[in-house]
Amino acid sequence: METDKRVILICSGKGGVGKTTLTANLGISLARQGLTTAVLDADFGLRNLDLLLGLENRIVYTAQEVLEEECRLDQALVKHKQESNLSLLPAGNPRMLDWLKPDDMKRIVEMLKEQFNYVLIDCPAGVEDGFKNAMAASQEAIVVTNPEVSAVRDADRVIGLLNTNAIKPVQLVLNRVRPKMMANQEMLSIDDVTDILALPLLGLVLEDEQVIVSTNRGEPLTLNSVNSPAAKCYLNIAKRLQGEDIPLIDPIKESSGFGAKFRRLMQTKIF
Amino acid sequence: MAMTLRDIINKLLRRQRASASTARERLQLVLAHDRSDLSTELLDQMRREILEVVAKYVEIDVDEGAVSLETEDRMTALVANLPIKRTMTGQIKLKEPNNQLEENSQETEGTDQNS
Repeated sequence: METDKRVILICSGKGGVGKTTLTANLGISLARQGLTTAVLDADFGLRNLDLLLGLENRIVYTAQEVLEEECRLDQALVKHKQESNLSLLPAGNPRMLDWLKPDDMKRIVEMLKEQFNYVLIDCPAGVEDGFKNAMAASQEAIVVTNPEVSAVRDADRVIGLLNTNAIKPVQLVLNRVRPKMMANQEMLSIDDVTDILALPLLGLVLEDEQVIVSTNRGEPLTLNSVNSPAAKCYLNIAKRLQGEDIPLIDPIKESSGFGAKFRRLMQTKIF
Repeated sequence: MAMTLRDIINKLLRRQRASASTARERLQLVLAHDRSDLSTELLDQMRREILEVVAKYVEIDVDEGAVSLETEDRMTALVANLPIKRTMTGQIKLKEPNNQLEENSQETEGTDQNS
């Protein structure tokens, strides 16, 4: 697949499903693979990407000063210490929302495209102006959702909007998957979600307590804890994004032993 | 509707069925409505009008008639299920075989549904 410039919107509709965590980990993973990557925090109301990346104390300027031409782009960009291929463009002041227009986002992204292979846009929750601004500047999208009714419903709204705005490809990441609950049919299955949303699955991310530990530290899992279950998932997603053919794991088959065999038997479709 | 071994065992034990299938069905229904922007009132009005038109040509069981939105692969379809009693002109009964129960008890409607 072309490693040319790609601008990817990471969105979900519902808040708290893992957009920012995915953006941070995907950013690290892509940078690791030698691709220059910019992560843009488009959530001006409630910015958090700086915190997940551990860069909150190094912010001097933001997207706001760049747009107001008070500084150059490279002055606002915060380069990651360990992963020099990765830079963050922090979100500006919430007051920016009063005047920010889709064209402003386009201008910022055009500037970033000149310098980076990948631009990942961390989209705010909701389907209002914040989302529309971020979408205007994007070419393709990753929709993050959880196997829960409310998250899937909101994802569906977002997918409808992405389709009408000719954003493509749109791919799905199913986050916070709990294999045991899925095996017990107490959680929507992978097929349920992909059938309902009718999107190709870019990957799934297993529920992993280490995600919280990593946010506490401001070090994404893919940076230092590459063997944790979720980190492996993120790394696979980054590889697939580049066109590598990494088979999807079946979360139910992953669990072994008698209990797992029994649960699989119980899942057999009779009619 | 797909049934798994677990669903059957739960049914036999009169336990609640596993919640994933409930979630799936609720989602499919709510998304069909979300995607169409049709309110329940509008859908109901449309249902009544469709029934009126069809009723001009064939006698249908108005209470049994259902018009609903179904969705698959992001395509939403309007599905009408209208059990026909008999044509206006003759005695030819066009009702589907599985609706024969109601046919015999036209006066007392709504007795043996969903069996």
